[in-house]
Amino acid sequence: MEDLGHVDPAAIPILADELNLSKADVHGVVTFYHDFRQSAPGRTTVRICRAEACQSVGAAGLVEQAKNRLGVGLGETTPDGSVTLEQVFCLGNCAIGPSVQVGDRLYGRVGPQELDRLLEVTA
Amino acid sequence: MTEVTVYVPRDSAARSVGADQVAERIAAAAGPRARVVRNGSRGLLWLEPLVEVETPAGRVAYGPVTPDDVEDLLDAGLLDGAGHRLCLGPTEEIAWLRDQTRVTFARVGVIDPLSPDDYTAHGGLAGLRRALSLAPEQVVAEVTDSGLRGRGGAGFPAGIKWKTVLGAESDLKFVCCNADEGDSGTFADRMLMEGDPFTLIEGMAIAAWATGASEGYIYIRSEYPDAVATMRAAIDAAYARGWLGKRVLDQDFTFDLFVRVGGGAYICGEETSMLESLEGKRGTVRAKPPIPALEGLFGRPTVVNNVLTLGSVPMIMADGAEAFAGLGVGRSRGTQVFQLGGNIARGGIVETAFGITLGELVEGYGGGTRSGRPVRAVQVGGPLGAYLPTSRFDLPMDYEAFAAAGAMVGHGGVVVFDDTVDMAGQARFAMEFCAAESCGKCTPCRIGAVRGVEVIDRIVAGENRSANLKVLNDLCHLMTEGSLCAMGGLTPMPVRSALTHFPGDFGATSEEERR
Repeated sequence: MEDLGHVDPAAIPILADELNLSKADVHGVVTFYHDFRQSAPGRTTVRICRAEACQSVGAAGLVEQAKNRLGVGLGETTPDGSVTLEQVFCLGNCAIGPSVQVGDRLYGRVGPQELDRLLEVTA
Repeated sequence: MTEVTVYVPRDSAARSVGADQVAERIAAAAGPRARVVRNGSRGLLWLEPLVEVETPAGRVAYGPVTPDDVEDLLDAGLLDGAGHRLCLGPTEEIAWLRDQTRVTFARVGVIDPLSPDDYTAHGGLAGLRRALSLAPEQVVAEVTDSGLRGRGGAGFPAGIKWKTVLGAESDLKFVCCNADEGDSGTFADRMLMEGDPFTLIEGMAIAAWATGASEGYIYIRSEYPDAVATMRAAIDAAYARGWLGKRVLDQDFTFDLFVRVGGGAYICGEETSMLESLEGKRGTVRAKPPIPALEGLFGRPTVVNNVLTLGSVPMIMADGAEAFAGLGVGRSRGTQVFQLGGNIARGGIVETAFGITLGELVEGYGGGTRSGRPVRAVQVGGPLGAYLPTSRFDLPMDYEAFAAAGAMVGHGGVVVFDDTVDMAGQARFAMEFCAAESCGKCTPCRIGAVRGVEVIDRIVAGENRSANLKVLNDLCHLMTEGSLCAMGGLTPMPVRSALTHFPGDFGATSEEERR
């Protein structure tokens, strides 16, 4: 999963066989966790924190801005496969939000201009 | 020419605002004149990146430093601790930090988090050494006497939990650290793991010795990649030093420790879901009893504690139960690591004894809002905690006092909102969040949260208000009483508190408000 970025539904019977579990068990785990995807994500995943602390400093505006700029909704990937936009509930950077994670990299105090810059670099 | 030590935090909050670039610029510009150490954060997050310089008179702080400030700072004599517009004076004398009581966070920001030598030079391992010289029963008694309660939110006495595990018969027991810090407004677990990981390792080893466990797991959420990397590196270093593995500290005691990374599910911060997740299953909540202390991970007796709980244990064992119990009020003993976040001017870590008032935290330490507008509401204890108006700023931070006020201290997170906040929107969000993150096992939480969103929408739209308010009230009652775990059981807390304290936001007529 960490290497491929997603679990192909076709792999579920193989995993089940290998782990001596039922297909339902494996499917259950894959669909339970937000981090497990069944289709490949974009080359970069941009996650915007929508939890309370970031809401209080304008996260909702950032989500709208990112949606408009990328032309995709939350959980979707741009048609060219460059960026997947996701929401996340808390990145643990609540004192200096709004927070955005690009790949594994965390950014704090992200204003509209900073977000534009981040999206420009990833696109 | 002597080499000067310069500290630039590696904490992900500091990195999120450019600490890496600052460290690179300093290393490049100062060359052999400076040794750059990447420490944890001191917790004065609004001043990050906070750079410190070691001088004969102690460490001098500068902040917030941007990469473009570096050249100017070096020209002004940064390496001598000289004055500059960004100079904050000696770090230890910054009032915000000086007035705190740092116990669990004593070493965070001070040491190089991954240097075992730094750790022992600052008192590390004293607690484990003392624990290993005592019988497990004595260690459990000491932790009980300290009054330490679970810092994850529920506040259950740690010593009692440990005693249950110690008394359970099993050839295999586990210690699990809950580092699935998913609550908005909380970041102390992350900062401890990134800033002083050996403290957590030591605390877990003590817990293992005290309860007869031989294997430990730290369950860290995937949103914290830096904490995962730091913990893994620290565990490797601890094995290399003989602090973990067979014969810990050359004593007849074996303890193996592993990191497991979560899958982005908020509910896995609930202890029984976390155990399910550790077993490789869907993170659904288990019914209790049986309690994890008797039938936990893989059905074995298991200690499940939060990062800060386990991270407080080394100090308790090193300095004795009395030193810890001497702090705090009522049945809330010791210190709590409060986290100030949201729309706040001076956010960060405030570790201080229980009993400080909410107002002292928000207005005193926090300095009000970052936007400069008046504070309207604060949410204490995460997404499942109550929203409180400024009229409750007199409340002391104490588990019992908060419970009596229909609120909770929880994990000690405080999120501030200014007067632009729409409290009906926040109440709706609480239900929406519960609907998204519910594990789905019990009906009050799975269905109740969805219905909650719909009912709040109807109330705000003015549809059949009095009847729908009654429905919401009934629904909140049902979720509180009927849910399996705290997720469904506490979601009504932010909803009801918002409704109680801010009825106007729900479209209440002035007549209703008078009633």
